[in-house]
Amino acid sequence: MHTTHLTAGFLPLLDSVLLVLAHEKGFAAEEGIELHLTRETSWANIRDRAALGHFDIAQMLAPMPIAASLGLTPLATPMVAPVVLGLGNNGITVSAELWLAMEAEGAPADLSAGPTGAALAKVVVTSSRKLRFGVVHQTSSHNYELRYWLAASGVRPDHDVEIVVLPPPLLPEALGSGGIDGYCVGEPWNSVGVATQGARIATVKAAIWQASPDKVIGMRSDWALAHPELVSAVVRAIYRAGLWCDDPANRHETAEIMARPAYLDQPAAIVSRALTGRLDQGGGNIAEIENFFLPHQSAANFPWKSHALWYYSQMVRWGEACESAENATAAAATFRPDLYRAALAPLGANVPAADSKTDGERHTAGDIAGHPGPLTLHSDRFFDGGVFDSNDLSAYIARQRLPPS
Amino acid sequence: MSSSDLSVLIIDENRLRASIIEEGLREAGHGRVAVIHDVNEVARTIQATMPDVIVIDLENPKRDTLEHFFSLSRAVQRPIAMFVDRSDGSMIEQAVEAGVSAYVVDGLKKERVKPILDMAISRFNAFSRLRRELDEARTQLEDRKLIDQAKGILMKTRGMSESEAYGLLRSTAMNQNRKIVEIAQSLVTAANLLG
Repeated sequence: MHTTHLTAGFLPLLDSVLLVLAHEKGFAAEEGIELHLTRETSWANIRDRAALGHFDIAQMLAPMPIAASLGLTPLATPMVAPVVLGLGNNGITVSAELWLAMEAEGAPADLSAGPTGAALAKVVVTSSRKLRFGVVHQTSSHNYELRYWLAASGVRPDHDVEIVVLPPPLLPEALGSGGIDGYCVGEPWNSVGVATQGARIATVKAAIWQASPDKVIGMRSDWALAHPELVSAVVRAIYRAGLWCDDPANRHETAEIMARPAYLDQPAAIVSRALTGRLDQGGGNIAEIENFFLPHQSAANFPWKSHALWYYSQMVRWGEACESAENATAAAATFRPDLYRAALAPLGANVPAADSKTDGERHTAGDIAGHPGPLTLHSDRFFDGGVFDSNDLSAYIARQRLPPS
Repeated sequence: MSSSDLSVLIIDENRLRASIIEEGLREAGHGRVAVIHDVNEVARTIQATMPDVIVIDLENPKRDTLEHFFSLSRAVQRPIAMFVDRSDGSMIEQAVEAGVSAYVVDGLKKERVKPILDMAISRFNAFSRLRRELDEARTQLEDRKLIDQAKGILMKTRGMSESEAYGLLRSTAMNQNRKIVEIAQSLVTAANLLG
């Protein structure tokens, strides 16, 4: 078989795991791809190098290719995302000091997003200074997730607190030195904060919006158009890596691989927490979090157009993008379920029949229609009871414009 | 207004490289050059220097922080990443290859900023060359020390002359399709283990 060399950029985050496994466990090689993985230092570099063609494909924050397609970022090059790298897998971590204050205001130790958010809102009102939170990039799932949690808890992100941007590996130390009071980041950097800075995980993405997308494989639209076979091969390699990663028997090996200096360069014991969903919250509390990270189940790798539109709705909400029919179309066009289906057809794997779904109404696991057979989706609730139906986009955006009551 | 009136802010954690660029800019007649080593200082510095162009190295993990700062700052209205001008494809390539990025604060002065970027690119390249040469020289020196040590072990334990010892290292390396220094390393490690 002819082998094609592909360069892939990634950041040291656990949800680069499917890209890493595609390389390390030979799923890419079986598809005729020799993956050259390049670890980067910033999302800005990932964006620029992907746009310049230094990277054929890259691990990207789910909103990144959307922002690029909407022309919101420098060197705006239309991007597409044919496969998602997983659901969930991040959390909101606060300093020991802030946690004490939140606890005094009634924050429970069960990671539930509503009560911890309500406690934080009380601390924000009484605090003598503005609290400062770190996120990893402006157009990041973390920024929108943190803002969603704050706003639904009655905290105005741009008025009541300050949000700053720092790369994931620098967040725990910034918290420890008092530069920030909390942060929203992917694993293992919440667990590293707990282990090295006495921090406390307050809540997790799985509690804010269950089964929400976080990272994708992004690539330039023109490259995808010119190399349909390679796109398919990449999607299949990621899908098969997800299948392998989902098997509990492979968790130990997965943690060992990701712990290596070339990837996360962190102890395997810390790396494995997110893989098992057994997180040390800090203060001796071990939480068992159902579906903390879904690398495969619940159609985790399927790029729902409605998820692209949810991120677009948040870009509008926070004043980054203008609301227009053109922008909505461009955002939805970034996620490519058609490419995903075409790639998986030869495997006979079940794929969703629809391109979009309503999020927030599914409270228990259930089946959806798929080809050739149905798929099971887990709960997709928002913690505040919100429902997102992409057919009702304008109304959703309008509802979010209202100040929290 | 000549290009020398432009204000330049250099952000580089590598102090040596920052000073090499600063020197280059001053030699080219730019008097208004400020250097900081940490992105966190940018808020304070920007008020003081009002830069027309900001130069930052691509290794800097805080590029995301800097870009976010721009989006919040009133002092810096809409900085344009150097990359935004697609007609400058080759310059963008050269810059990224060299490991430098720049933001043009006032788009109207973009044309006058080009020589500054050219200067930054060439100085970044010169610095990389310097570092590479230094690394090579250092490696060569360390390699030679290892080979000398290995020769010494062979001379002592097997009673060889220096040239015999070197010949044995070289023929072993050739037979195993490895570098002489690798064979020397194995020998030194083994000798240390055996005491």
